[in-house]
Amino acid sequence: MAVTVSPKRTRRRFVSKVRELSGQNLQLCYQCGMCAGNCPSAGRMDISPRQIIELARLGLDEEIAESKTVWTCASCLACTVNCPRGFDLSKVMEAIRLLTLRTNRDHVRPEDISQQERCDLPQIAMVSGFRKFTG
Amino acid sequence: MSLAYYPGCTLKTKARNLEEPAVASLEALGYELEEITRWNCCGAAYSLADDDLIHQVAPVRNLVRVKESGMSQMVTLCAVCLNTLKRANLVMKADEEKRNTINSFMDEEPDYDGEVSVVHLLEVLRDEIGWETLSEKVRRPLHDLRIAAYYGCTLLRPKDVAIDDEANPTILRDFLTALGATPVEFPEFARCCGSYQVMSDPDGISEYARVIFDSALSHGAEALVLTCPLCDYDLGRGQQVLMKKDNSFRGMPMFYFTQLLALALGLGSEVCHFELNHGDPESLLRAKKLLS
Repeated sequence: MAVTVSPKRTRRRFVSKVRELSGQNLQLCYQCGMCAGNCPSAGRMDISPRQIIELARLGLDEEIAESKTVWTCASCLACTVNCPRGFDLSKVMEAIRLLTLRTNRDHVRPEDISQQERCDLPQIAMVSGFRKFTG
Repeated sequence: MSLAYYPGCTLKTKARNLEEPAVASLEALGYELEEITRWNCCGAAYSLADDDLIHQVAPVRNLVRVKESGMSQMVTLCAVCLNTLKRANLVMKADEEKRNTINSFMDEEPDYDGEVSVVHLLEVLRDEIGWETLSEKVRRPLHDLRIAAYYGCTLLRPKDVAIDDEANPTILRDFLTALGATPVEFPEFARCCGSYQVMSDPDGISEYARVIFDSALSHGAEALVLTCPLCDYDLGRGQQVLMKKDNSFRGMPMFYFTQLLALALGLGSEVCHFELNHGDPESLLRAKKLLS
């Protein structure tokens, strides 16, 4: 993927908000890919978890927004416990999701869930799904 | 002896086969699960954002209920409830600024500073009752039953709320051994079932299930043991999808750990509610002469 990077972009509000919401120092990551190797959702993602960190610290929020990766993360924390740098990627994924959800853009619309699914899904799936996919 | 008990939403509906065998089993072991009053949903998924304090209110309110009752420990059966409540408790214990903000926001409640401990029933069995005592109480040993010890995510991650060593847990192995079963350890013991992803892509959940079942099968398991209703739903649904589209896929029955406990303690199968399990778990138990 061709991207344009600049010092101006890395100083964007997006980068400081991700840092603030996640509490993570994005510069800690040295791009080893341990997160992607341990991620059970990686095969369903269009951008690998490792690349999300790189895009985030470069301030490339449009590229992240076009990707389904943060919405495919299951918050299982396999990346978190296996990172050799102690970096918590799950918190960065959550921060990026929230930056979208907090602008009233839901990833799942409750009205799109079929009547059958509403009956089938246990509460634990509904509550956790709404927590992660709606603002 | 009485234990303060937090059920969580799903245990009262689709996961009665997790709750009811636990209540009956503990009674047989001389314990009473005393449901806390006015409990509410724990939130089901812990919020990972540092500024998202509003989502700590629901779990903290449950902890306040326990404190009010004069109990110092709360037991859960659901792994997700355990994780959410325990992590919220850690915030209240360790982060003064957040604790003050939450206590101030919840001004209708007494102040809370993390004094209740949150434990999973497996920890009660390991640390209070003990595997030796448990094995002495077994009336119907689960001999010749090879069960994959599946932990999923929330019992083991993150490390500060894990009930065992994340990389090398033994609690389910020891539990199954105490019941007379043969525990099967397999590489994908802590792999995620897909969790809430089932809401946005219900059938895509089968991709997570395939890896877990293939791994358990190739290590000789005949069934899988679970501690979480979301794992149960995702793996059950994933298994159904895989069976429909792939003739070569072989699934396996799944049991909640409390069902195996009740069965081994010699309780009647009616407390296990096998009818709520996915597939047909009873055939395997009949074949092993554990059910008539």
